[in-house]
Amino acid sequence: MADVTLQSITKRFGKITALDDVSFSIHDGEFFVLLGPSGAGKTTTLRVIAGLEHQDAGTVTFDGTSAESLTTPERDVAFVFQQYSLYPTMSVYDNLAFPLRAPGRRIAEDEIKRRVGEAAEKLRINHLLERKTARLSGGEMQRVSIGRAIVRDPRIFLMDEPLSNLDFKLREALRVELKHLQKTRASTTLFVTHDQIEALTMADRIGVLDHGRVVQIGTPYDIYDRPATTFVAQLVGSPRINLLGAARAEGSVRVPDSPIAFSLNGLSGALPREFTLGVRPEDVQPQPDGPFAGTVALIEPLGVETLVYIKAGAQTLVSTVPGMSRLQIGNEVRFGIARERLHYFGVDGVRVGAR
Amino acid sequence: MYGAKDIESRTGRARQPAALSDAALKRLFLWPTLGLLIAFNLFPLLYSLYLSFTDYSAISSRAPQWIGLQNYRDILNDGQLWIYFRNTGKYVVLSVAFETLVGFGMALLLRRKFFGSGIITTLILIPMMCSPVVVGLFWKMMYNPGYGIFNYLLGFPAGRGPDWLSSPKLALWAVVIVDVWMWAPYVMLLCLAGLSAIPDYLYEAAEIDRAGPLYTFWRITLPQVAPLLLIAVLFRTIEAFKTFDLVMGLTGGGPGDTTELVAVDLYRLAFLGQFNTGKSSALAYIVLVIITGVSNIYVRYLNKLKEG
Repeated sequence: MADVTLQSITKRFGKITALDDVSFSIHDGEFFVLLGPSGAGKTTTLRVIAGLEHQDAGTVTFDGTSAESLTTPERDVAFVFQQYSLYPTMSVYDNLAFPLRAPGRRIAEDEIKRRVGEAAEKLRINHLLERKTARLSGGEMQRVSIGRAIVRDPRIFLMDEPLSNLDFKLREALRVELKHLQKTRASTTLFVTHDQIEALTMADRIGVLDHGRVVQIGTPYDIYDRPATTFVAQLVGSPRINLLGAARAEGSVRVPDSPIAFSLNGLSGALPREFTLGVRPEDVQPQPDGPFAGTVALIEPLGVETLVYIKAGAQTLVSTVPGMSRLQIGNEVRFGIARERLHYFGVDGVRVGAR
Repeated sequence: MYGAKDIESRTGRARQPAALSDAALKRLFLWPTLGLLIAFNLFPLLYSLYLSFTDYSAISSRAPQWIGLQNYRDILNDGQLWIYFRNTGKYVVLSVAFETLVGFGMALLLRRKFFGSGIITTLILIPMMCSPVVVGLFWKMMYNPGYGIFNYLLGFPAGRGPDWLSSPKLALWAVVIVDVWMWAPYVMLLCLAGLSAIPDYLYEAAEIDRAGPLYTFWRITLPQVAPLLLIAVLFRTIEAFKTFDLVMGLTGGGPGDTTELVAVDLYRLAFLGQFNTGKSSALAYIVLVIITGVSNIYVRYLNKLKEG
């Protein structure tokens, strides 16, 4: 296991810039998640680290030494591909043993057997060892693919959306297993996903990527509670954050065409005249004595919580209410906003350094 | 409920009373094919089986005379024929082996696209499209020790090189070389198809798993191409076993009987001298059984590969 650092990596494919000055480092034993929509450059980042793709500028370093001159095999990374990439002519056992049998490794066959058995045990695929890979289900294939990565001790695990082709139930189960596996082995892992829930649940730290640029790096708490831009704020959290155009006037904040307005007590004067106000749905709550009035436009009961769409003036805010709500469409409601948890973004979408 | 068929037949009958029904159309296509098959495949097959048990010559006016297994006994006791079989076996093994090696090698070289790879592939395929008799005649000239280009390319001074076609040691090799020249492209074509079907990510996975190039070749490339390669080998084996035209064009079976293959001898037996139709039918059946047997071994192995 090792520290892996990317420094100003730029990668172009023809006219398209896939990665634009990407820098971040993954610490030894850390679970780092790269989060971003498709086309953000997540997979390219993994492939550059693995040496499958060569960057146009910048350096990748392992434990402080440049990986520039290292070929893919020399980099000693494990890669879990999104499309599984199992060897189709071999059995599950042979697939798992493949990285151990490669020449130059000289591992005795009974040692291979022990390590394959161990990995298979962890991923609960022992009963499949004799099976050909063509006869596996998607979940089983992905387990084998993960198994092939964990039979050896690579510098870093690179995982390219390993769970995205699986159905919901399986994804949840494997998510827990993967996190457990990573924690017990303290393995350095770079995990790529477009799913914010995977990112929030599994990561020690998250790097958010958009159009080949790193937008924010931080713990799940940082990313959720202090999103650096409106892009990050919208990417993380479900239902999405409410973004409202707002204006500052004489020490108070006012959202046009709505009853929402409050005084700016204690807020720094750094707030621009025009800005975007971000309110997480859980920070909007119907209250009998709430300061603002609105009507219920839509109700989505989810069991654990209910999404209540409150129309206030021309604006509609989503609110998550715990449990099943008694509210009905068309009801008049009063609601409050958790003022201390508001997010302020400038017109360019960048967070204003205020709370 | 009406089925689609009901509606079809109803509207058909109503609007076009003279149109052919599906069944009639089926018969119209089927019977001519069936007739041709019976006349030109099935009947000769069975008739020659019958003839193989008789003493009969196609040019004599005598009716076939039943002699039981005598023809087969004669052939299997004929020491000369065993030599021809040995020639054929040697020829088949050599040419198929070299065609596989050369063809697969060329496929590996041409699998990655580079400038001019398309035109090179096309040029390589040309020998395959020539008539074997023409190829034989051309190569006969190229092998000529006096003015042939073959020895010249090998670096022999004019007139000093070996006479490929009249040397008992080299003649069979000469035929093998021409067969490889002609049919290695065929193996290459099938191998190229097999190679291009291997997804890149398998090679990336192997690289990640730190497999070397040779290990990757043995464990990934070869098993993936194997089914198509085996089909190429099967077809080439069958064809090589039946080689006749190339030998006729090049050596005519000589010198001595060093290039006399079974198919060539079969031709002599059937169509030269006294037209020994009965005995040649028996020999043809023996060849048929051998080829069927060999093909079956291949096909069984192929199925095993595909299952796995």
